[in-house]
Amino acid sequence: MLILLHFAIGLVLGLGLVIAGMADPAKVLNFLDLAAIPAGGWDPSLAFVLAGAVAVTALGYRLVLRRPRPLFDTRFHLPTATDLDTRILLGPAIFGIGWGLAGFCPGPALTALTTGGAPAWLFLAAMFAGMAGARWLAARPAASLAPVSPGR
Amino acid sequence: MIATAFTPAASLLGGALIGAAAVALMAATGRIAGISGIAARLLPPYADAGLGGRLAFVLGIVLAPLVAGLVTGTVPVPRIEASLPLLALAGLLVGFGAVWGNGCTSGHGVCGLARLSRRSLVATAVFMATAFATVLATRHLL
Repeated sequence: MLILLHFAIGLVLGLGLVIAGMADPAKVLNFLDLAAIPAGGWDPSLAFVLAGAVAVTALGYRLVLRRPRPLFDTRFHLPTATDLDTRILLGPAIFGIGWGLAGFCPGPALTALTTGGAPAWLFLAAMFAGMAGARWLAARPAASLAPVSPGR
Repeated sequence: MIATAFTPAASLLGGALIGAAAVALMAATGRIAGISGIAARLLPPYADAGLGGRLAFVLGIVLAPLVAGLVTGTVPVPRIEASLPLLALAGLLVGFGAVWGNGCTSGHGVCGLARLSRRSLVATAVFMATAFATVLATRHLL
């Protein structure tokens, strides 16, 4: 039952990405291309994706988090870290470069698995390798690059 | 570059669906709908017993284009412009950066901003800035 619910929620999220156009890297790159504004090549659609998603989530969270606990767990698992360490700057900086190079972030990379062919598989394989590398580096006791904050 | 049409209505609707999924996950399991975090935890070591749920969630995202194709009659195909070496490099950076920064466009950009999290606000500002800069560099400067 809970597995099926997880599947349904993932499906709705994936359909959202597809309908929004965010699953298409060409659209993502055209949104990220601010220098194309004078020539009329900029596609501001993704700002609407973010606005719609944040608005619905903010309203929904407000209602849901009033409840004593979620339906199928004993408590809400909200991130507790509030400090701005180097990881919260360095991680997103690296992420953004990768996002700008190909136009794929993790969700759209997953929707491309069935429709994007070999190039999408290559991106996904590399993405999981990068994830594994970061988890390995973060778990090392000698990871003195930065203080390790608890994962989400 | 491939020209794309401005689609404010569809994008707003798609965004609202993404938000609805995030709210549903919080209501059901009490967890943030961070795709990178959920995907990264498909790999060992596992810290909890939620692997089945994470697999089902990811499978739902993966199958979404095919379901959309069943409904509309055309399977939406992503248009990928980057070369294979660039895709490999981009994948490594996206995967590493998302885990190192504890979140991606969904976890920080949607759920975090909706919670008014200071860390997510900073993370989103930083990855938007480097993504804008990267496209500026690859399309206009290099």
